[in-house]
Amino acid sequence: MSVIEVRNLRKSYAGNFAVDGIDLTIGEGEIFSLLGPNGAGKTTTVEILEGFRTRDSGEVRVLGIDPQVKGDGARTFRDRIGIVLQSTSDAGDLKVSETLEYFSHYYSGAKDPNEVIEAVGLGEKRDQLIRELSGGQRRRLDVALGIIGNPELLFLDEPTTGFDPEARRSFWGLIRSLRDAGTTILLTTHYLDEAEALADRVAVINKGKILEISTPSSLGGRATSQARVTWEKDGEMCEEFTNEPTSVVSRLARQFEGEIPKLVVSRPTLEDIYLEMIGQRIEVEA
Amino acid sequence: MSRVSLPNTFVLGYGRGRLEIRQFLRQRESVVFTLLFPLMLMAIFGSVFKDTIAPGVTFSQYFVAGMIASGMVNSGFQQLAIVIPMERDFGSLKRLRGTPMPVASYFIGKTILVFVSMVFQVALLLLGGVLFFGLNMPTDPQKWFTFTWLIILGTASSTALGVAFSVVPKSGRGASAVVSPVVIILQFFSGVFFIFTQLPAWMQQFAALFPLKWLCQGMRSVFLPDNFASQEVAHSWEAGKTFLILTTWLIVGLIIAIRTFKWSRD
Repeated sequence: MSVIEVRNLRKSYAGNFAVDGIDLTIGEGEIFSLLGPNGAGKTTTVEILEGFRTRDSGEVRVLGIDPQVKGDGARTFRDRIGIVLQSTSDAGDLKVSETLEYFSHYYSGAKDPNEVIEAVGLGEKRDQLIRELSGGQRRRLDVALGIIGNPELLFLDEPTTGFDPEARRSFWGLIRSLRDAGTTILLTTHYLDEAEALADRVAVINKGKILEISTPSSLGGRATSQARVTWEKDGEMCEEFTNEPTSVVSRLARQFEGEIPKLVVSRPTLEDIYLEMIGQRIEVEA
Repeated sequence: MSRVSLPNTFVLGYGRGRLEIRQFLRQRESVVFTLLFPLMLMAIFGSVFKDTIAPGVTFSQYFVAGMIASGMVNSGFQQLAIVIPMERDFGSLKRLRGTPMPVASYFIGKTILVFVSMVFQVALLLLGGVLFFGLNMPTDPQKWFTFTWLIILGTASSTALGVAFSVVPKSGRGASAVVSPVVIILQFFSGVFFIFTQLPAWMQQFAALFPLKWLCQGMRSVFLPDNFASQEVAHSWEAGKTFLILTTWLIVGLIIAIRTFKWSRD
């Protein structure tokens, strides 16, 4: 059964379509990542799925429920999802443990607050006031509040902005463990390496339309694209695009009779593909 | 996955109330501003203006009655119209909106906070008034009855209007600058700092449109001798009219609050 089902979704502001006919199907237990530049329609799409915004037209089902539902239906809907918003910066006069304790009461089948605190790595900070936490620790608290209700679907919006590389790695581990426990995750991120590391599938969205939905490794024909071989000869950089990089390299090896100066064999990164797709490819000099 | 039924709105509202109070007490500025500032004002005005304004009535007594009325405006209208825009800017409102917590529980929590801070504020003002400024505690049960409905109706309408007004400040940071002048001007116009009947007629007529003037007059009916009624604008305490005007504002405040409340900035 699909967790998110979107057909021909449209939303306009002052006559301009922020979302212009989007189709999406996200399956159970998937980490699905939405990529796109600012203003592409990512946030609008996600907020419609979360029930924060209404749509102009199209079909939307999240966990089989229309997110626009009101009243008790809305409570039931929010009982089953978790939302980690882009940035929250409360005055922070509550302790980590108090905050999770209170939020756990809002849900019908919440997880144990202590377990969640441990899971996000805030065990040593549990009795501290939120305002005493670092940026990364606050973000972990945001995630803890997103998962306290034991959601079937988790919305993660730019979860690791401002993290140092080490914190990001361990955060990714946390997200993977959620997925392994059966949670479906919709991730929006600016970091292409994050999408590559976490997502089962990615969608690139620009100007309100989806350009492509694919796995990170095959997006934009990446899996079948030519390899780029660069090396130096007589002080000048040479470059060759090929489907058979191995034979190019062995040819060069014979030519140079040993080490090939400054040899690099590369395939386009997810970022290269992405930038090309949204029409912002920056020419990199070799 | 089977889920048990969702928690009760009132139980969650009560929990929110406790949480709000805990947060309030941890913000030293808000405690000082809400609880001690009115006391300081009372001490200053009460000490400077000691004239007798009618047989057996000093200006201090008149002023303390007005400050008690202001206490309801401070803990309800002023506090909420400043705090809610800040919570909106911080994103905490939007985060709550994304949970299954019922909207009503949030407002129940805020109402509990307002009533608790109002009770402390009024108790401190009463204590200070009696100890230092010759305020007489009424002995007539009828007056305590009036006091009770004034406090409940006054605080309720002040709460509703505070929530309603919370959409006016553009940002949390600027909220205080937008809200505080409104309250201070109303206090000047409504006969808190000056004797109401000595104000220019246009000021009196303007103030009569808003609840504070009626709350002040009501509190005077509780704490000043009965014969002072002849010194009021209508030569009576106008209890019935006060009740009607406060009820009207409560309903208007509730309708605006429900219709216009915003959970996030955009």
